[in-house]
Amino acid sequence: MTHVQHLKPFLRKTPFHAPMEALMHGNGWIRWMGYYSPAFFDSVQSEYFAVRTGATVYDVSPLIKYSIRGKDAARFMNFLVTRDITKVKPMQAAYTAWCDDDGKMIEEGTIFRLGENDFILNAALHQLHWLHESAYGFDVAIEEVSERLCGLALQGPTSRDILRKLGVGGIEKLAHFGIMETTVDGRWMRIDRAGFTGDLGYELWVKPEDALWLWERLFSLGDPYKIAPIGSQALDMVRIEAGFILVDADYIGAMHAIRPTQRESPFEAGIGWAVGLKKDAYFVGKRALQQEKAKGTSRHILMGLEVEGRKPAHGAFLYADQAAKQEIGLTTSGLWSPILKKSIAFARVPPAYAKPGTEIWTEIWYPKEKKIERLMARCTVTNRMFFDPPRKKEVG
Amino acid sequence: MSGKAYDVAIIGAGHNGLVAATYLARAGQKVIVLEAAERVGGAAVTREFAPGFKASGVAHILHALHPRIVGDLGLKLATQGIGTAILMPEGKSVEIGSDAAATVASIAQVSKADAEAWPRVMARLTKLASALGSFLTRTPPSPAIGANDFQTKLALAMFALQLRMLGKKDMLELTRILTMNVADLANDFFESDAIKGLLSLDATLGVYLGPRSPNTVFNLLYRLSSYGKHGMGGLFLPKGGMGAVAAALEQAARKAGVEIRTGAPVDHILIERETATGVVLKGGEEVRAPIVASSADPQTTLLKLVEPGNLDTEFMKRIRHLRMNGCVAKVHLALDGLPDAWKKRTGRMVLAPKIDYVERAFDCAKYGRVSDKPALEIVLPSLADPSLAPAGKHVASILYQYAPYKLRATPPDEARAQVLERTLAALDVLAPGLRTRVVGSEVLTPHDLEAQFGLAGGQWHQGEVTLDQMFFLRPAGQYQQYRMPIPGLWLCGAGAHPGGNVSGAAGANAAREILKSLKQRRAAA
Repeated sequence: MTHVQHLKPFLRKTPFHAPMEALMHGNGWIRWMGYYSPAFFDSVQSEYFAVRTGATVYDVSPLIKYSIRGKDAARFMNFLVTRDITKVKPMQAAYTAWCDDDGKMIEEGTIFRLGENDFILNAALHQLHWLHESAYGFDVAIEEVSERLCGLALQGPTSRDILRKLGVGGIEKLAHFGIMETTVDGRWMRIDRAGFTGDLGYELWVKPEDALWLWERLFSLGDPYKIAPIGSQALDMVRIEAGFILVDADYIGAMHAIRPTQRESPFEAGIGWAVGLKKDAYFVGKRALQQEKAKGTSRHILMGLEVEGRKPAHGAFLYADQAAKQEIGLTTSGLWSPILKKSIAFARVPPAYAKPGTEIWTEIWYPKEKKIERLMARCTVTNRMFFDPPRKKEVG
Repeated sequence: MSGKAYDVAIIGAGHNGLVAATYLARAGQKVIVLEAAERVGGAAVTREFAPGFKASGVAHILHALHPRIVGDLGLKLATQGIGTAILMPEGKSVEIGSDAAATVASIAQVSKADAEAWPRVMARLTKLASALGSFLTRTPPSPAIGANDFQTKLALAMFALQLRMLGKKDMLELTRILTMNVADLANDFFESDAIKGLLSLDATLGVYLGPRSPNTVFNLLYRLSSYGKHGMGGLFLPKGGMGAVAAALEQAARKAGVEIRTGAPVDHILIERETATGVVLKGGEEVRAPIVASSADPQTTLLKLVEPGNLDTEFMKRIRHLRMNGCVAKVHLALDGLPDAWKKRTGRMVLAPKIDYVERAFDCAKYGRVSDKPALEIVLPSLADPSLAPAGKHVASILYQYAPYKLRATPPDEARAQVLERTLAALDVLAPGLRTRVVGSEVLTPHDLEAQFGLAGGQWHQGEVTLDQMFFLRPAGQYQQYRMPIPGLWLCGAGAHPGGNVSGAAGANAAREILKSLKQRRAAA
């Protein structure tokens, strides 16, 4: 049967696969970095509301994790990424971009500073080659440690209560983007207060052999707190509400762009705030980004968009006028937000239109009873962070 | 030391560093040149290698020193024009020199057709090379639209015009042969192994390529460009060795007010707020200058002297991947007398009896070995300049092609021994009794050239001269105008356009670009 070899399932299973499979109603598995990953378990709607009202777990084990340590690790990280790493203290995490020579974004992700010269970098795409190339001359050891750690994102308003129940001492004091290491039931666990939902939430990292223990404990304690597993579809809804961009959805990584003009700078991708032009060290792409800033050559900026009406404006054309005479850009991600009760989107608009409050128009095509209908909807440019509850950052 | 002590700090007192320094000082800049060695010259030096015996350290024949630079700097050099003898088996030779009739007659011994073709073909190749040569002293244009000033655009237009003015036939011929291999070119025009062998060697000297490798015609044209009006018009031995050229340049520099410090190795380039602001010497002393121009090769400058974390990742990779595989070893022999066969050999002798001989020599290099049977270029500088050896004694200065830097299984010490032994074995056939006359010797493999002269990879052009590493791609695309990515840092050595040979063109071009940028800055202020 060698001729059907390629039809055999070849995806790997994460350490959380068995308990996830038990809860899987339909066939919601999709492929993520070579692993089975849930797109949904039962209904996307219920999973969405579980994130916003209870607590949810999402298996983030397939994320690619690099350990970067050594004498020059801090200097190297500061050179590699756009954020000023000198301002990130040990046991703190930071969201950042990293760019190529031309200041075009290769990817964005989270850096965990575990010690003065000890970092973990989480990425959605493979970066080892780029890390090695960039590290020329630095005394650092770079290693992919993806399979040495597995993780669950525990997100939602009741997530802290569950961790308190679990017996994680000091969880109340863990600040937004803080990291702590603890031992529960004699098992090592690293917790960081970050996530992709824009709500109160944590990421829990354990050794693969402790995965089932973690899952069992969370679900046995979490029942009164409405704990539920979610898949990537519900996560995609909440991340748009939270304003988080996603590689391949809202921008193309510089190494994956087929045409060089498709590459985007962090300014263009709407995360200019993460570019530390003022930091007292060079970083890859800094000269190009300084030029872009000084000359104002950003082609567009990814902004938030509130769209009138109920129709989601996903991948829709944007116009300066209702008559659709002057086309100015496209939306990347968009949805009807159930909790905000409005249609929201990310919009790539020229800098001249990027001021919050600017009125623009979008053209939405949607199917209705075997027909395709066209709608011109009035929109307002906004900041992307549509959903930002105080509990996201509150301590205690 | 603090404050603005100097306007320009130049790293390396090689010929390009000295040329750049002189031009800059004459334009009113306060220039300091910092040289790691105890004397100036870089790779253009005359060194004593055995008691009383002296030889040019690296390059030994002068042909490319640009006439404009000689004129501008008022250099006075005593040189002697030399011809080439193609050494053939059984002690015969073909003599090529400045006397056209004698050359033709000599070639006719091996081939009447080649004798007839030689003056015509070489004149045409030199004409084509000279058309290219007009760009030696120009700044390469940037491929980025709008990045070129009027001067650069004009130079490019003039260059294009010059190529067009070659005429349709010659222009087509140039485009036909430019990327070709020299073996095919030689077979196009000549029939004798002697002439084809000579072209094979001349086209591959200093590049890690064999006569059948593409690009070798370009290297030949590059060499021939100095045989016309953009060079010295032929081959010359400088009196006193190559060190005399460096001495003349040093004199011109000092006269222009350049401060030269020898024995001052630079540890790293001082970079403050992402701008080059000077250099730090090995001893810790800071020498500050708003312009730092390095005549060291691009890898040494950008990978060693610039500390990590200052240059972009892909640019660094490009520099790391420059082809710098030196493949020529230098052999110096101290002779207590000349064998009979060599008593009147004042010119250049070439051992490259046919294309296949050179190709097989390259085969060894290709697989990381020292050539079993090397192609050799030999000069006896002491015949013209007796001061290089004790009375009645002589010096042989030899290029050994190929002894690659990248060796597969041979330790460098063994490679050095192989080079000497194989040189003597080859010479003993050409000039019987030579071996017994050797009283001292020195071998400089590419490893030694790297260690002693700071040439990365032992590559004496600071990067192989091939089309993909020339013109607006030298040292890297977008960085061909001597200005490096770090503001204030410039390249002024052979690693930048137009590359190697003792020509001084890179230094002169860099100086012109530096002055241009200063003028722009003044205009903006």
